[in-house]
Amino acid sequence: MTDYTPTHVGTVTKYVVVESFEVTPADLAIRGYEISNGAMIKETCFGLVVNGKEEEVDRIVNELRKVDPDHIFVKDRGFPPGDSRRCRANLGGARPGYHGMEYEMTVIPYVSHGLEELKKRDGAAVSAPENPLEHPVIDITTLKKLIDAQES
Amino acid sequence: MAKIFIYPATSLILSDLVSRHGHTPLSSAVAIRERVQTAGLESPPLQITPEEPKKGLKWAAVEVPSGVRGRMSLYGPMIEECEAAIIINDADFAFGCMGCARTNELIKFLLRQKDIPRLDLNYPKNEEEGVKFVAAIKRFLSELGGKK
Repeated sequence: MTDYTPTHVGTVTKYVVVESFEVTPADLAIRGYEISNGAMIKETCFGLVVNGKEEEVDRIVNELRKVDPDHIFVKDRGFPPGDSRRCRANLGGARPGYHGMEYEMTVIPYVSHGLEELKKRDGAAVSAPENPLEHPVIDITTLKKLIDAQES
Repeated sequence: MAKIFIYPATSLILSDLVSRHGHTPLSSAVAIRERVQTAGLESPPLQITPEEPKKGLKWAAVEVPSGVRGRMSLYGPMIEECEAAIIINDADFAFGCMGCARTNELIKFLLRQKDIPRLDLNYPKNEEEGVKFVAAIKRFLSELGGKK
């Protein structure tokens, strides 16, 4: 067993994912470099990876969000950018964790639409989504109709 | 500002919507970062050491596979710490190996046992469901005291 000496201690890393018709990861990267004050910014195919002190990363992320608020999504990342344990440059194939993000990218346009719509509509007036834990029981009249339909 | 456990714990959408409304999402990245940034013995890739399955004994019995207990050492403290939870029930991509699948079942069970506000959802499948999805999360989070 060898000793492990961590790098980038005391920093946070965040993904900035862009799903927009108007903004590309390159646009965001340029904006990020403009306002960055010592943070590491890596451009990727889906957006950016930003690493630095928490306050600095939060400031950059908040500024980047303003570019296209409903189409830019942010989440935490455990590893720093380019870490050899996670970076696909070293491993080959998709980065572990990418498949989850890839799936959510198919749903994100609906979420973006929801964010846009709720600026125009009153959120309280929107009905609640279907509860996935509820298993609606068929009422007795419908059941009787089904049985009769089968028998005739 | 409340600490919200999100399931799937790696969800980009939930993590973003929770922080957008002024709360703190508790995701697996936070637990992994803690381990990756702590000095110790080299245990790549996630710095999960043989100590983790022992810590996991707090949430899973000794006969439960060490893979589940190891994973629970990441998620268990966050489940204890959380003040509310948002669960997406049709997150099939979170299935993974049996260790992941059983851990996911245990996470959902522990969240449902805990007396905290909980929002159960499915991923939206069209634009109207997207509006309902975002509105439900917004309502849930503002009831917890987040920004309107």
